[in-house]
Amino acid sequence: MGFQINDLKGIYIDVLKEIGNIGAGNAATSLSKMINTKVDMEVPSIEILDTERIVEILGGEELIVVGVYISFFKDINGTMLLILDKESSDNLLKILFGKKPENEFYNDMEISALQEIGNILSSSYINSISAFSNLKINISVPSVSIDMAGSILSVPAIEYGQISDKIILIENKLKEGNNEIVGKFFLMPDIDSYRVLFKSLGVLIDE
Amino acid sequence: MNNNVIKVGMAEYKTGKENDVLITLGLGSCVGIVLYDKFRKIGGMAHIMLPSSKEIKNNSNKAKFADTALEELLKELIKMGASKSSLIAKIAGGAQMFNISIKSNTLNIGKRNVIAVKEKLSEYRIAIKGEDVLGNHGRTIEFNCNNGELSIKTIGKGKKII
Repeated sequence: MGFQINDLKGIYIDVLKEIGNIGAGNAATSLSKMINTKVDMEVPSIEILDTERIVEILGGEELIVVGVYISFFKDINGTMLLILDKESSDNLLKILFGKKPENEFYNDMEISALQEIGNILSSSYINSISAFSNLKINISVPSVSIDMAGSILSVPAIEYGQISDKIILIENKLKEGNNEIVGKFFLMPDIDSYRVLFKSLGVLIDE
Repeated sequence: MNNNVIKVGMAEYKTGKENDVLITLGLGSCVGIVLYDKFRKIGGMAHIMLPSSKEIKNNSNKAKFADTALEELLKELIKMGASKSSLIAKIAGGAQMFNISIKSNTLNIGKRNVIAVKEKLSEYRIAIKGEDVLGNHGRTIEFNCNNGELSIKTIGKGKKII
């Protein structure tokens, strides 16, 4: 029997949580270096959710959010989606550029900055997975979209809908002064990659 | 006159009669399909996620796929008294939300969804009377079962009616 998403419980969740924790730590450090100020983080939370219900937890289909999408490949394959609510991305850009964005949909410079932040945050995660597991993982250039939450989340929902009804969500909270940045990561390894990942982490014991 | 709003979620289909408004929020790569019998004012809306139930194993939810969702929706409408020969269709969605060139198969799912829906509709000989598909933005759609109008809202681009 192959690995199923429904098998994701107990020790597997703990392992993913620990990876998420270290990934978030790396992310906070990289962000802190980039903006040259101290960034605090909370312990991230991890949830396994029904794909068709993921929109609800973000606060509604029509809420405008920023999505940064990245695919990873080599020893394990899959995609990752970072979702920032509008307030968090406004805060991030305020920290970076020293002023609030003027245009609701941001200018090219700001979009490119978000792309870079998505890149840094995602690679922090991927690096922590890679360091833990000794797997080689490369990541693609990130793509940014600012649109309705429902539309953006249909991407992971569809991608995952082909193999499972469940999806992994890691929620991160970073803080710089009074500016809170809440990032939600959807981690979507393809189903074979779970096997590879857990095996190289030494936790897959069913064979 | 108060319209009764019926919300259609992702991978669901719903039907409505006179005075009903069928609505689906934040369509991305998914496709929203409306079937409508204007003489009897009976309409249905499906929010499909994937082109075909035959390509994958995990296919128990019929409303998730273009082929099975249309089949079920059509059955339901006919049960309600709609006549197949007077049905028309309107479709929206199928956007590509992110531009990444690798694994184009998954990312261009929006386009594949649109193609699958059109193929299925032509198989049933149901004419498409209006469409707003592809592109790279999300859509909220609202179908008025009274007059057969489908209104499409996008962020930053306003509203249009097909």
